[in-house]
Amino acid sequence: MSFEPKITLFSCHYASQQSCAEKGKELQQLGFPATITLVRVPCTGKVQVTTLLQAFEDGADGVYVVGCPVDGCHNIKGSVRAAKRVAAVKKALEELDVESGRIEMFHLPRGLHPEFVAAGVAMDKKIRALGPSPFQS
Amino acid sequence: MIVAERKPMAEIIEMVKDCSRVLVLACRGCVTVCSAGGEREAAALASLIRLGMKKQGKTIQIIEGSLVRQCDKEYIDAIDAWNGQYDAIVSTACGVGVNFIANLRKDTMVYPALNTSFFGGSAEQGVWTEQCAGCGNCVLHLTGGLCPVARCAKSLMNGPCGGSVGGRCEINKNTECIWQSIHDRLGSFDRQSQMETIAPIRDWSTAGHGGPRKTVRTDLTIS
Repeated sequence: MSFEPKITLFSCHYASQQSCAEKGKELQQLGFPATITLVRVPCTGKVQVTTLLQAFEDGADGVYVVGCPVDGCHNIKGSVRAAKRVAAVKKALEELDVESGRIEMFHLPRGLHPEFVAAGVAMDKKIRALGPSPFQS
Repeated sequence: MIVAERKPMAEIIEMVKDCSRVLVLACRGCVTVCSAGGEREAAALASLIRLGMKKQGKTIQIIEGSLVRQCDKEYIDAIDAWNGQYDAIVSTACGVGVNFIANLRKDTMVYPALNTSFFGGSAEQGVWTEQCAGCGNCVLHLTGGLCPVARCAKSLMNGPCGGSVGGRCEINKNTECIWQSIHDRLGSFDRQSQMETIAPIRDWSTAGHGGPRKTVRTDLTIS
């Protein structure tokens, strides 16, 4: 039986502008995986460790965060803070003997660009390879 | 403040593996300031416990609570609000808080979520350093306010030792030689000659080597 992952993406509204193009249809047209649920946040610096863990509790097989470039965050340090929190969750997953690759951080430029879709495709591929979350009861 | 850090999750999961209901109890005192056991950290811990148990095919119900402090009887009494709702408490307080719950709630199992590390301060955001050893016999008036008990790897009273090189400690090159710093600081007040006075052999009984310590202020006691 094929495995259809559930992936949760937290992205700031600067890096995820493409999700609004063509009445929200452009991402689909460009091949953005349907397995990904996008949660837009004003700034990824707003995303707490508990937010990321809750996504796993809510059944995500993988979680990733897309924020501004390290040296180009709209809110100066927001995406750097997000990256540190993603790193903290990676460490916690390792402590639970779970693959740390189930959560990732991407720093992408704002606007319409192919990297946003590419990051989604890469996460979809990675989580499919890892298989279902070990947190599924 | 008392500085602490979370125990490894495997250790915590092992503590609660037979529980079906747990109260994760945060402390809004020192461990909130050092980001180890405040409400935010307790929420993350609760999530990690649920995930860890789920991975083992078990479910656990977690209540999150917090106390102003866990080192005063009056605040411990507030735990009664959750009576009958948990099998055990996982406290994110320092070791004092865990002891207080154990002292005052004879029928309650309490587990420590943190390793209590030291008395320290915030060197920069996210970094805490040890500054005081709570030895019970302060010599800071002799050492320019810098503590050789806590900050010298050998707790020397007549430092520096022969391993001090370029102001760094031989035990760890990333650590300043506090005796070099004491020398430099006393020198800035033209008091470096204080270091020529040999400190006597120290009585460590005040530092806990004489057993658990206790402070009594008879002007404050009620009975």
